Order: sequence, then structure tokens, then C-alpha cells
Amino acid sequence: MTYILGISAFYHDSAACLVKDGKIISAAQEERFTRKKHDSSYPFNAVNFVLNFSNIKLSDVDHIVFYEKPFLKFERLLETYVAFAPKGFQSFSRAMPIWLREKLFQKKLIIDCLKKHDEKFNDEKKILFSEHHLSHAASAFYPSPFDEAIVLTADGVGEWATTTVALCKDNKIEIKKELHFPHSLGLLYSAFTYYTGFKVNSGEYKLMGLAPYGEPKYVDKILNNLIDLKDDGTFMLDQKYFNYCTGLTMTNEKFNSLFGSKPRKPEKEKITQFHMDIAASIQVVTEKIMIMLAKSLRQEFGIKNLCLAGGVALNCVANGKILEEKIFDNIWVQPAAGDAGGSLGAALAYWYLDLNQSREEINQDNMKGSYLGNEFSNEEIKSKLDEIGAVYDTYSENELINKTVEDLTSGKAIGWFQGRMEFGPRALGNRSIIGDPRSETMQKNLNLKVKFRESFRPFAPSIMREDVSDWFELYNDSPYMLFVAKVKKDKTIQMSDDQKKLFGIDLLNIKKSEIPAVTHVDYSARIQTVTRESNKMYHDLLSKFKEKTNCPVLVNTSFNIRGEPIVNSPEDAFRCFMGTDLDTLVIGNTYLQKLKQDNNLKTNYTDKFELD
Amino acid sequence: MNFLKEIFKFIAARKKFWLIPILLFLLIFGGLFVITQGTAVAPFIYTIF
Repeated sequence: MTYILGISAFYHDSAACLVKDGKIISAAQEERFTRKKHDSSYPFNAVNFVLNFSNIKLSDVDHIVFYEKPFLKFERLLETYVAFAPKGFQSFSRAMPIWLREKLFQKKLIIDCLKKHDEKFNDEKKILFSEHHLSHAASAFYPSPFDEAIVLTADGVGEWATTTVALCKDNKIEIKKELHFPHSLGLLYSAFTYYTGFKVNSGEYKLMGLAPYGEPKYVDKILNNLIDLKDDGTFMLDQKYFNYCTGLTMTNEKFNSLFGSKPRKPEKEKITQFHMDIAASIQVVTEKIMIMLAKSLRQEFGIKNLCLAGGVALNCVANGKILEEKIFDNIWVQPAAGDAGGSLGAALAYWYLDLNQSREEINQDNMKGSYLGNEFSNEEIKSKLDEIGAVYDTYSENELINKTVEDLTSGKAIGWFQGRMEFGPRALGNRSIIGDPRSETMQKNLNLKVKFRESFRPFAPSIMREDVSDWFELYNDSPYMLFVAKVKKDKTIQMSDDQKKLFGIDLLNIKKSEIPAVTHVDYSARIQTVTRESNKMYHDLLSKFKEKTNCPVLVNTSFNIRGEPIVNSPEDAFRCFMGTDLDTLVIGNTYLQKLKQDNNLKTNYTDKFELD
Repeated sequence: MNFLKEIFKFIAARKKFWLIPILLFLLIFGGLFVITQGTAVAPFIYTIF
């Protein structure tokens, strides 16, 4: 029996994962425990969780693999500063103290952190380092249902690589090509995230959600000035428009002059049509690059399966376009495509590549639906709710589903907390807020009264896998909400001539389909397909909802508010329930109604989390 | 000592020998920075003046 602990930490989205004989046992992000979004600190709680889940101690772990190589990253930093010197001194003087104090001595830092779990731990030889993009590639290929695939990874930057192509067969991963820093699709997207006034590293989703409100007016400007894009999808960024190599911002004055405006200051300036048009333009450029890369890879290698990982793979609109173009026969995207998933990839890469173990159980998705986090028994839930003073009823699974469907059909917003927590940024029906997608007011209500976030942001639908093609232009599995597709034409409501004249945020109030709460302004939806095998209870809920309403779709958004990590424990769920306009909370077999709760348990919730 | 061994092995493997003087400079001044918890020139200023 071989246990491998994978760790990602110290940049953003720290996480830990435990792999036993090549099988993914558990994984979790540190933010869920510390309640600090994108927490970058050593994942002490996540490591504790994965060890406790398997009932083992740190001394039982055979190998501990960190998801990237710090020396290689330091080399990139030094070479970049030398290349741009004397520019960049400000950035250099900020970066070096952190590196010379901690990051350069990461092995020692990790040993010191591991000693918090076991003070006797001193086995330096157990600690290993994977490469950042190899970790991403491994996280995309090994859990996939393919014995052979092309893996494309793209993110901001790891050590040097920003985009990687790997040829994968059986247990082997061979990196074939790389694009290197500073030429990065992730950083290009982040530059526009910064420019439109959203937070880099977390606001990218917002930019993607904003894009359908705009016209892609600036595509040519981007392609003619910022990027030298080749026919095979590879590219170079003209650094004279960017500031991330040497400065403390993503873009510079030349970039502002090119687009005719300074970056938006979110605290002072509202989002305008200009920002929507910018969002639409960079989204089109991103899709174009991804499609060109995918086409050239299919042509060059002739392999029918594609796996994706890295932060750019979370751009589900681009993923949907690759799928729609039918470039590859099958596509599989790692649900924890960002750096958290690096912990998983690092552990798997060591098992298959270094220990040369063969893959078993190919032809099935080995991510276990990404339900890899912690879970609570009904007894634990009840005892925690009793401690808090919550008022609840308990029901059998059937009764609970009936009651929930009753609430859904009467327009209530429900906190749904079941089974193991999801690994990755998406809630997939175990830590979700759910609602009736047929409601015309649901999107606005959920955004403004429950999630406290911008009204333009869309919600995603969960649908039973067997019904997906009746409702959406999607004919594949999308278990991780990583593909966007259009709502089927016969379910949409076409706009009147007057409505067609509207643009931007005014489009939000138009009923666009039979399921308006999950239909974006361009008739698209970010779909999660649910099978009985992957999540029985959630599938049963969808099935019962369909039985009552003839609609097999539910609104599914993560169980949190803006700026808050997804809820982890029953206590987190109850706090969120009491701090928002959620009407009902279902945790395990307990059923809680807002009206029955003690008002003194309500807390001012929104101030607790920094807005993202 | 392990750290020095590892980093020189890394530099040799990467054949980036030109990084050695930069690294030494950074480690010496960085070390002083960490020890003095402030500016790296503090001990020199003290001895000079």
C-alpha cells in the first residue's frame, strides 16, 4: 500500500490530496477550512482532513509531492529581472525579500509545516517536487477515461511554461511543446480582468460572464497590436503594452492609450458598455486561440481525445466552443483545473511516472464526480445544529426530496448540503444553492438577496444527463459544469423587435427561455449533467422536480456569498442560511425553515468577507 | 548546507552558471537583510560610521 500526499501552496488556492495506490481518495482546498477565499497559506487543515479521512498519520505517507519546482521559478524571476533591468526594480525589491526569507528554502519550509502534524517528521527524502504544468497535465490525463490523449494545459504561469502540450498514452506523459513566460494566454486574460476593474486571479469568471452583454468591437485591435498569433495557435505578446514583468500592475499607459481609457476603478466607476465590449472582445480572442491550438494539435498528432487543465481550462465558454467545433471526438476537463488541482496532479504524476505504475480502471471517470472533500453523518449534523440552537425536522430521503421540490416550486431559494464536498471551484449539487429555473425573478433575487453579487452574473443549470439534449445543444457529458452550450431553440423565447434594440445590461430583464434563471443573455448556459451513478440523491431530486413540473433542470449555484469560500461544515451552512435570504436549508436528513429560526441567531454576514 | 548543494546541482543541470554571482550577491545581502530585519546596509553603516 502506497500513500502519496500532493500539496499545492504558497501562491493561491492551496490544497492537499491523498492518493492511495494510484486511486484518488480525498482532496480539499484550504480556503474551505480557513474561510479565506483563495487562501495561499500552507494547507494545514486540508492535509489534516485528507489524513484523518483515511485514518492515517503523516508517518504512514510514503511520498509527499509539491506541485511545482521553486528553484525553476526563482530562475525565471531572476532572468526576467535581468532581462528588463533597470526597469522592474520596484517589483524586484518586493519579490526578493519573500524569496530569500522563505520561498527559496521551500523544502525546509515544507518540513517545518509538516512538523505541525507530526513533530517527529524529518524525512527529507520523502519530499519531492513536480513541475507546475506536468502537475496540471497529470491531473487532466490520469483521472480521465482515456488511454491515449493530447493534453493541453494553459494558465497564467508556472515556472517558465504558460501553455503546454503533452502526448499521453497509458501511464506516460511526454511534454511535446511549451510556450514560455511572458507569453501567456492566462496572463492576457488576467490583464483584461485587471483593466475592466475585476480582481486578478478571481475576477476572470466575471469577465467571462460579462462578455455576452458586449459586442466584440476590439478583437482586431487586440490581434493587431497585443498578440502575434500564428496559424497553429501559438503566440507572442507584445510586452510594450503590459506591465506584469516589471511592475505591480498588469497593463500600462500604452495599453490605456490603445483602448482609449484607464483601467476601471471598481470602488468609483460603474461597469459601462465599453467594459462589456472589452470583455466580449478578449473572450472572442481567447476562444479563437484555444480553437486554433486544438485544431493544430488534432492535425499534428491525429489523436481523438483531448484533456484540458490549467486556469484557462475553467473558461467553460471556450471549452464549449472547442466541443461545438467537433475538433476532437472526446474532451475531458479536470474540474479542479486551477492550482488546487496541481496537488492532485503532482501526486498522480509521481505514482505513474516515477514509480512507473500501470493505469487500471481506464474507460471511466476516476475523479469520483469531484466529490472528494469531507462529509458529515446525520448524527454529527444533528449534534452540530443542536449546539447552535437551530430548529429543524428530520425526514427520510424520500420525504426530504418531496418537501424540497414543494419549496422549489413555490419559488423558494434552498441551501442544499449533502454528502462529500466538491473539489474545485464549482458546487456540483453537494454544497449548492438551488432554485426553480422557470422563475423570472430567480436570477435577480439570488444575485442580490442571497449571493449579494453583481446582478449581471448568470446562474448555471443542473440537468439529468438523459434529458440534456432535449433542453440544450449539448450531446456530451458535462459533469463538472465546464462546458457552455445554447438552450435548445424550441425552449427559447425570441426577442421582439423592440427588445432587439436593447443592449448591455438592459438585456438582463428579458425572458429568454422557459428556464430564464439559467439562460444567459446570449441564450447560453453553463451546464452540469447529473447521473444517478455520480450523485444519486441530487439525481433523484431532479427527477422528482421533473415529475412535478415537467422540467428536469434546477438552478445550481455555489453555497456561499460573494467573496466567501463555498461552505464546508454544517455550521458554515447554517451561518450562510441565517445571514442571507435563503428560505430553506437541507443538511443531510435535516430540514430547516427560516421562519422557524430564532432571530437572535441572525448575524451581519456580508461584512465578514472581503468582496472579490 | 543541503540547500547550497541542491541549488548548485540545479544550476549545473540547467547550465545557468551566470546566475551564480547574482545568487551569491542576493544570498549575502538577503541574509543580512533577514538578520537585521531591516535594511541590508545597516551593519555596514554602523561599522563605517
